[in-house]
Amino acid sequence: MDLLFKIAGIGIFISVLNIVLKQAEKQEQAQMLTLVGVVLVLLMVLQLISELFTSIKTIFNLF
Amino acid sequence: MDIIQIVGLGLVATLLVLVLREQRPEMAMMVSLVAGAIILLLVVDRLVAAVQVITEMAVGAGINLTYLQTLLRIVGLAYLAEFGAQVCRDAGEGNIAARIEFAAKVIILVLAVPIIVAVMESILSLIP
Repeated sequence: MDLLFKIAGIGIFISVLNIVLKQAEKQEQAQMLTLVGVVLVLLMVLQLISELFTSIKTIFNLF
Repeated sequence: MDIIQIVGLGLVATLLVLVLREQRPEMAMMVSLVAGAIILLLVVDRLVAAVQVITEMAVGAGINLTYLQTLLRIVGLAYLAEFGAQVCRDAGEGNIAARIEFAAKVIILVLAVPIIVAVMESILSLIP
């Protein structure tokens, strides 16, 4: 549940910063910011997904 | 009362996705992915009890446990494949979703081969 709000917060934060950077004519930095945000969120999501996969693996003893 | 939690989580996640989709479609996709994973994790604990009961029933009925294990494996595989394919389809990648489902079907077929062989052998032993 925490993770959900964290990701949504990061998304809103990054979109606001993106607008600011675009107004300041810093397109490359805005692009970089987007990339960093996506990687950050991906790292957070990856843990949850691996947790889900391991729990399903243990329950159904897959492989 | 897990269902209240799950419904609330789904509604909140849907709202967040709607807010994010305009500006950051990739973040919206992540939010929906996380919501799906959390809901599955909440429910998956319940499955342990069901699987245990099924296993006990199979032991009581004297069924070969390898068959039951194969069956459970297929169910777990189908759950995982469904989850992944649905996430891909939500993000607009129907092509990748279809490939995931195809791969799951192939793997399930391979897993089911021993059972098919056993059925064939028992049929052949019935024929004089």
